[in-house]
Order: sequence, then C-alpha cells, then structure tokens
Amino acid sequence: MTHNSESLLPSAAVAPPPTASAPGRKRSLQQRRARAAWVLVAPALILLFAVAGWPLLRTVFYSFTDAAMDTPEDYNFVGFANYLDFAEGESFGVLADPLWWQAVGNTLWFTACSVSLELFFGMLLALLMNEKFRGQGLVRAAILVPWAIPTIVTAKMWGWMFHDQYGVINDLLQRVGAIAAPLAWIAEPDLSMWAVVIADVWKTVPFMALMLLAALQMIPSDLYEAARVDGATAWQRFRRITLPLIMPAMIVALIFRVMDALRVFDLIYVLTSNSEATISISGYAREQMVSFQEMGVGSAASVLVFMMVAGIAACFLWINRFSHEGKEARE
Amino acid sequence: MAQLTLEKLNKRYGDAAQVIKAIDLQVNSGEFVVIVGPSGCGKSTLLRMIAGLEDISGGNMYIDGTRVNDDTPSERGIGMVFQSYALYPHMSVYENMAFGLQLAKLPKDEIARRVEASARILQLEPLLQRRPKDLSGGQRQRVAIGRAIAREPKLFLFDEPLSNLDAALRVQMRMEIAALHRRLKSTIIYVTHDQVEAMTLAQRIVVLNRGNVEQVGTPLELYDHPANEFVAQFIGSPKMNLMPATLVHAGQTESVVRLWSGKELVIPIATPTSAEGTKVKLGIRPEHIEWGSVAEAPNLADVLFVEHMGNETYHYLDSGKLGEPWVVRDSRRSDIAAGDTVGYSLPPEHCHLFDESGQAFARRAVANGASRLPGMDAPPITFAEPARTNVMH
Amino acid sequence: MKLTRQQRELGKKFWIYLTALVVSVICVFPFYNAVLTSLRTGQELFLTNYLPTTFHWENYVSALGENGVGRSLLNSFLVASITVGICLLVSITAAFALARVRFRGRKYILFTILCVSMFPQVAVLSGMFELVRFMGLYDSIGSLILSYTTFSLPFTVWVLTTFMRSLPVELEEAAIVDGANLWVIITKVFAPIMGPSLVTTGLLAFIGAWNEFMFALTFIISNENRTVPVAIGMLQGASQYELPWGHIMAASVVVTIPIIALVLIFQKRIVSGLTAGAVKG
Repeated sequence: MTHNSESLLPSAAVAPPPTASAPGRKRSLQQRRARAAWVLVAPALILLFAVAGWPLLRTVFYSFTDAAMDTPEDYNFVGFANYLDFAEGESFGVLADPLWWQAVGNTLWFTACSVSLELFFGMLLALLMNEKFRGQGLVRAAILVPWAIPTIVTAKMWGWMFHDQYGVINDLLQRVGAIAAPLAWIAEPDLSMWAVVIADVWKTVPFMALMLLAALQMIPSDLYEAARVDGATAWQRFRRITLPLIMPAMIVALIFRVMDALRVFDLIYVLTSNSEATISISGYAREQMVSFQEMGVGSAASVLVFMMVAGIAACFLWINRFSHEGKEARE
Repeated sequence: MAQLTLEKLNKRYGDAAQVIKAIDLQVNSGEFVVIVGPSGCGKSTLLRMIAGLEDISGGNMYIDGTRVNDDTPSERGIGMVFQSYALYPHMSVYENMAFGLQLAKLPKDEIARRVEASARILQLEPLLQRRPKDLSGGQRQRVAIGRAIAREPKLFLFDEPLSNLDAALRVQMRMEIAALHRRLKSTIIYVTHDQVEAMTLAQRIVVLNRGNVEQVGTPLELYDHPANEFVAQFIGSPKMNLMPATLVHAGQTESVVRLWSGKELVIPIATPTSAEGTKVKLGIRPEHIEWGSVAEAPNLADVLFVEHMGNETYHYLDSGKLGEPWVVRDSRRSDIAAGDTVGYSLPPEHCHLFDESGQAFARRAVANGASRLPGMDAPPITFAEPARTNVMH
Repeated sequence: MKLTRQQRELGKKFWIYLTALVVSVICVFPFYNAVLTSLRTGQELFLTNYLPTTFHWENYVSALGENGVGRSLLNSFLVASITVGICLLVSITAAFALARVRFRGRKYILFTILCVSMFPQVAVLSGMFELVRFMGLYDSIGSLILSYTTFSLPFTVWVLTTFMRSLPVELEEAAIVDGANLWVIITKVFAPIMGPSLVTTGLLAFIGAWNEFMFALTFIISNENRTVPVAIGMLQGASQYELPWGHIMAASVVVTIPIIALVLIFQKRIVSGLTAGAVKG
C-alpha cells in the first residue's frame, strides 16, 4: 500500500497546510473543508458547552456562595468559606470535615481495590476467552450478563445476597465451613466496603476482560509459535510477549476504569445506603447538596471531586506519555 | 479529450520538505501517460493534485488552457479509478455509476444512456443490479473504470488500479485498459510502481523520484537513453550494471575510459563537459554483457550464483570490493555454475556513461531493431573448456 | 514422571473447561438467584434454597402495577431513546469532521470531548440543577434528557469518530470526484454505510442512559416521572426494616431482561463498540 503513505488528504495525519499561496480566486479544497468542519462540529460543541461546560462553571460559581438548594437565587458570596474557614479557633468547610476525608479515603481504597482485582480477574478471563474451546459462545454470553445488568439492580441483587440472615453468601460460606456465624456484610463497617468492592468487581470484570481480549486477539499467533520454537515456557511467553504487547490497551482500559471508579455513587448509595464506612466523594457532595440542601457546600465538594479526578487523570496521562517517550528513546 | 499542462507545480505540507518539486509536464490530448517511480516518490500525491483531491501549494495547472488550480475535482471534469476501487458498498453497480451523474443533475434518461453505454463497453450489463460485495476483484475493477467512463471526463486518472489484483488478472486488465484507450482515445494519466505496466501501457512515461521528474519519454527512449543513473537503474529488470571508471580521454565523438580493473575501453559517446581524469560510471544492461573465453576476454570474474528462470538465465558475477555483483542475463540456458570463473566483455556500443552527478552523457540514437538482441549473433559460448580453472585473485 | 504431550493437552483442556464453568456460574448466579427470589413469597423468601421451589407470579404483578415499575419502564425508555436520538443526530456530523477533515483545533476538540466523557457527574450537579430549574424542567423527564446529554454526547461523538476513521479514505475521495459536497458525502455515502455502527453506538449510549441514577434521583421527585433505576432503588416495604425482597427482585428481573436480551442479540456489535471506544484512546 504505497498509496497510504502518500495520501494525506482526509486522514488528517499531518499539520495543516499553510494559507493558500496561490493567487486563487476561490478557497482551496483544504480550506473549504476546514471551514465546513467547524460548521459540522458546531452543534455538538454548543450542546456540549450547554450541558457540561456551563453547568461546571456554575458549580464553581456556587461553591463560593451560601446558596441553598430550594432558593438558589438567594445567595451571598462567602469566598472560600465553603472549602475552609476559621472562626473562633475552629475550622469549618469541606476540607475541615472529617467525613470528607473519610469519603476521600473510601473512594481511593475502593478504586485501588476494585480496579486491581478487576485487572487480575479480567486478565484471567481474557486469557481464558482467547483459548479455543467448545461452548465458548455460551461463556461469552454469560460474562456479558453482569455488564448488562443496571448498577442499581446489581446493588439490590448483591444486597439481597449479602443479607445477614437470609443471604446466599453467608449460607454458602457456612456450608463450606468458612465461617461459623453469619456476617453482617452490609452493616459491619469493616465488611461493608468489601461488599461494595465485590459487587463492583463482579459487574465490571467483563468490561476489562473484553478490552484485554480485544488486545490479545490482535497479537499474531506466529509470535507465540516463534517463541515456542525458541523454547519459551508458558509463563515466559505471557511475560515477554503477551504482556508488553497488550500493555497500551491495558493502560487505556485501566484509565477508563479508574476514572469510572473514582466517581462511584449509585452502587454505594443503594447497597450500603451511603453509610459512613463506604460513602464516596460523589456521595458526600450530593449528600451536602440534596440531603442537607447546602448548595454552596455541596458545590464546593463537587469542585473538589472534579479537581481530584482531573488531577489523577493528568497524572495518568503524564506517566503514560513519559513511558512512551522512554520507549521511543530506547528504540 | 483534453490537454493537461503542469507549470512549476509543487506541494509542501506545512514546513516539511517539498513532496513535489516544481514539476513541468505537458500531456497531449488523447495521450496515455504513465507516472512511475518507487514508493514514496510522490507519484500518488501528484495524481491527487491533478485530480483536485490535494491542494496545489504552488505553480499552475491548466486543462485545455484554463487554469484549474482551485477547481473541485468535478469542476475539473476528471474521472478517477482508485487502487481499492472505492465502490460505494451500499449501492448497486448501476447506482455506483449513476451517482456522480445524479449529483450533476443530469436528466434521468441521459443518466441511463450513459450508464448503459459504459456498461456495454466493459461488459457489465448483466451485473448492473448487483452490489459490489457480490462481484469478483476483476469485476469490481471494471465497475470502477465504468464509473469513471460514465462521467465522460476530459481526463482519466488511474491510481495503481491493478495492484490489488492477482498476477493473471493483472495481465488481462492491463490489456483491457490498453484496448479501452485505443477505443475511447481519451487522455489518461496512470500511476504505478510497476515498470512492466509502465512499459506496456504508456505512450510516454514520466519517471518520478523524490518529487522530481527524472525523465519523460517513450518507453524505448527511457530504455535506450536513460537521462541519469536513477532512470537507468529503475527501468529494466534486472537493473543496469554500473561500474566505476575514470575518463582518460574526453572526445567529441568517442571517449576512452579506464575501468576499475585497469582495462581501457573506447566508447562511442561524446563527453565534452567532463575533464579528463574525472570519475565516471559506465553502465551496461545485463543482457548486453557478452561472454568470452577466459583466455581472451578482457575481463574475468568469479560467478557467485546463477538463477535459472527457464526462458533465461541470470548470472551474478563477483565485483570484488565494489559492492553489488554484476548481473549478466542470457536468453539461453547455460551450464555455468557458481564458483566458475568466466571471461566477459563489454560491447562499447551498448555502454552508457554517467558523470559524477549521475547525469548521462548523450548516446547516439539507437536505431530500432538495430540494437542487437542478446545472444542472437553473439559468439558461441566459449567459457566451457578453460572455465573451471578457478583463477585465484 | 514426565507427562506425554497428550496428557498435558488433556490437563490443559480440563482446566479450561473448569474455569469456564466457574466463571459462567459466578456471572449468572446473582441473576439466577434474583429470579428464584422473585418467584417466592412470604416465609419461603427466607429459606435459602438453590433450586426453584414455587412459582408465584404475584411479585411481578405488584411490582409492575402497584409499585409503578411499569410506568418507570416507559419513562426510562422515552428518556433513553430521545437522548440517544439527539446525541446521534448531532454526533454524526461532528464525528465526520473530527475523523475525516484536518483542521486547526481538531485535536483539542477531541481531547475536550474525551475529558468530558470522564467527568464525575456530581461536578455538574448543582449547575445542572440550576439550568433544569431555569428551563422549567424540574421533575419532568425533560430534565433527564438534558442532563443525560452530558455524558451521552461525548460518548457517541467519540465512538462514531473511531468508527468513521476506519472507513476507507478512497471512498470519500471517490465521492468528491463524483462531485459530492460534504453534506452529500455524510448523508448519501457515509450514513448508509455507518448503519451498523450507528446501531452499536446508539445501543451502548441507550444502556448508559437506561442505567443512570444520580441525575434521575436528584431531578425527579414524583413517582410517575421516575426512571427504572430510581424506582427500584426507592422500593420500600411496609416498615423501614422490612424490605420487600420479592418485589424488588421481580422488578429487577423485569427491567434487566430487556437489556440482557438486547445485549445478547447484539453481542458481537456491543463488543466491537466497547473496544472501538477504548482502544484508540
């Protein structure tokens, strides 16, 4: 395909051309296309600004006010008081609230646990699906089931399975003798986060597995045959061929999942009713805003959530770019 | 039928190097011109600039004397056949061919007339209601050509149209395209990287390299009078041998060169621009090297290996430290084997001379037919008796 | 003792089938358990039993009727389809421009869209609340269509852009040579070819909108305007401590079955859509 290396028009792989040097009476094809492109993107951009950009700006705005949820028109500017304020030797604001820090800890713990478990099980599942065996279609269909089930339904189903008296989990664990007495999965603060993590891992492993499987299937099989001929063991083949080759896809899937886990809300809200031991930062912000009607404080918490997620995303991008550059330097 | 003129046409992307460098070219009405060059030489870019798919950074382009730099492809009145055919998968063959005409708002009966006419030319009539996915590769190619014909364009552009076809089909389509040109007498610009396609189809060939036109000429002109080393080596297979030499005597009708081996050779080529003592290169095509007996021939070499093609034989001779081996092509079978030492000579009338910058010194005209076919009246092969002496260097 | 090649193959096969079995059971069991529960009433509910014992359809009747899950299904369907419709309409032209035209700012737009798709929803919650009130949409499904666009639109633009990119360049060039302008290229050439991709993208966005919880919980207060996730999340029993598990599970099964059916029917497409959205990130 010599053609592709030479054809550059719509694939947009190159820098934009300089403004027309030819004394043309009409605009060049490229310029006309560029102009039309803006018209074509405009509706999406305007709509996106209206439903995402503008509300985000307003949230930031409200975070500096004392507005209440029922009367958002009545507000006074309070500066950074919603974030952190000192009065008479005591501190106030979101950053001074121990529950906020509890929520931050919960969220980070939840993200770290569930994403690493997902990665592990997702990889196992992907490797399994990459093998050829009879009934593969059935297994593939089965692993799509958790992905398809709405999160709220997941929460309810697992809530029922985790039920301290009648739940299946306790029953099974008692039958195999792993525990002597039923555990209060939802009520016990030490266990409730694990209940959340288990439900989340169950629901999202399929996504991870499908991403990794797609990457696995891109690896040409003759690479493995070559490695076999070279005498590589199964572990070496995985470590030296599979892992490096699926790394880019794995990192992308990882970023997606981390971003998703950091904003967790619905699962926790329904499964453990936003209990203190499990409340997430999103849950905290919404609680301030809706349950306590504190629009100002809630907005401040929302802004903090946003900044935290954005910060972690930026770190990921930075590390990703950094490792890319390192790789290029080595090659 | 239109005439195309390119005037100092160039193309650059941003601040990057120029991809096309000031190309001047005139394509006459009804002419079949093939643009050929190695991959990455800019030939597709040039074709796409002519088509109007790629902006022209500088210079002018005229079709029938009208400047068309800023016209859209359809305003230029071109028809194009793509490498991957680019048929609309959701349309029938008929709709594929009619699409452009519908967009041009031609009346229905005119569209039907044109589509049917071009379908008839390409024997597509039974396929008109099929979808592209139900067609074979050759049929798809024909539809792509038919789509271009139906537009009744002033200029046909072909972008490597045969490279997706298998070898047998390629030969067949090549003949069909040639026949089509004879029948339509249209102006065709055809891009390929395959020199066989270029030699067989073209009335004139444009050899492109790194965005420059290296030479424009008829197939035989390029073969007999390559303007430079690049064209000399690009046209012809196996490629021309280039041997380092020194100019001993620069004459008005003849020149004397000393080969790397120390042998001197009188060549009927004038070298007025070069001073004596300058380095030159002597070029000779593989089929023009003649065998001689080891005892008498002016040059000796070891045979590195031999390729038997059946209808001809390629011998690769050790060129010592000079790099690539010399190739000798013999249209007969030979029993020379790797490891043999052979004698050979370089007939001066078949030699080319290139100066240090790679430009050729003009040769005298080669009369068609007069150029001796290899092996026709060559002396019988005489390597046989003393050949296996394995002379040590 | 060294195992023969055949024995090793057999061993490997054994492990593969065993894992496959375990995986399938784990994936399907919670749903199976929900179905079992939904078919039980009264005291049966509290006897753990792994096989169906009785078939009581009362839970389904009351879940769909009394608890208003039927109404919520309709709401969810309306909200999700209208959102997806709007998003697809707007994204197809945007995706074409982003995938096919080289213009200044293209990269920044793509990056912004990717960022917005990773937004925590809570970050726009109060601003969206204000917007919803301002437009008089509070407590109507209009508020959800508006707010769901926040995450659906970036998603559809992104996935369609990746799909558009995979279409051959020459197809578009052929259309240009045929005299088609951008609008004709999009509507007459690309849109018909993109049919399957549009279905895939729409389906994924539909599922996303169907499952949304936070906006629906915040912007809707009346029972009759609730969407499915909120209706299920809000199902309460007679007292606070006695949850009607039979009803909840029946409702859960009812709202899940259409989605599972869709996903299984469009299995291949869903997988390709999911990976298309991510792999090129």
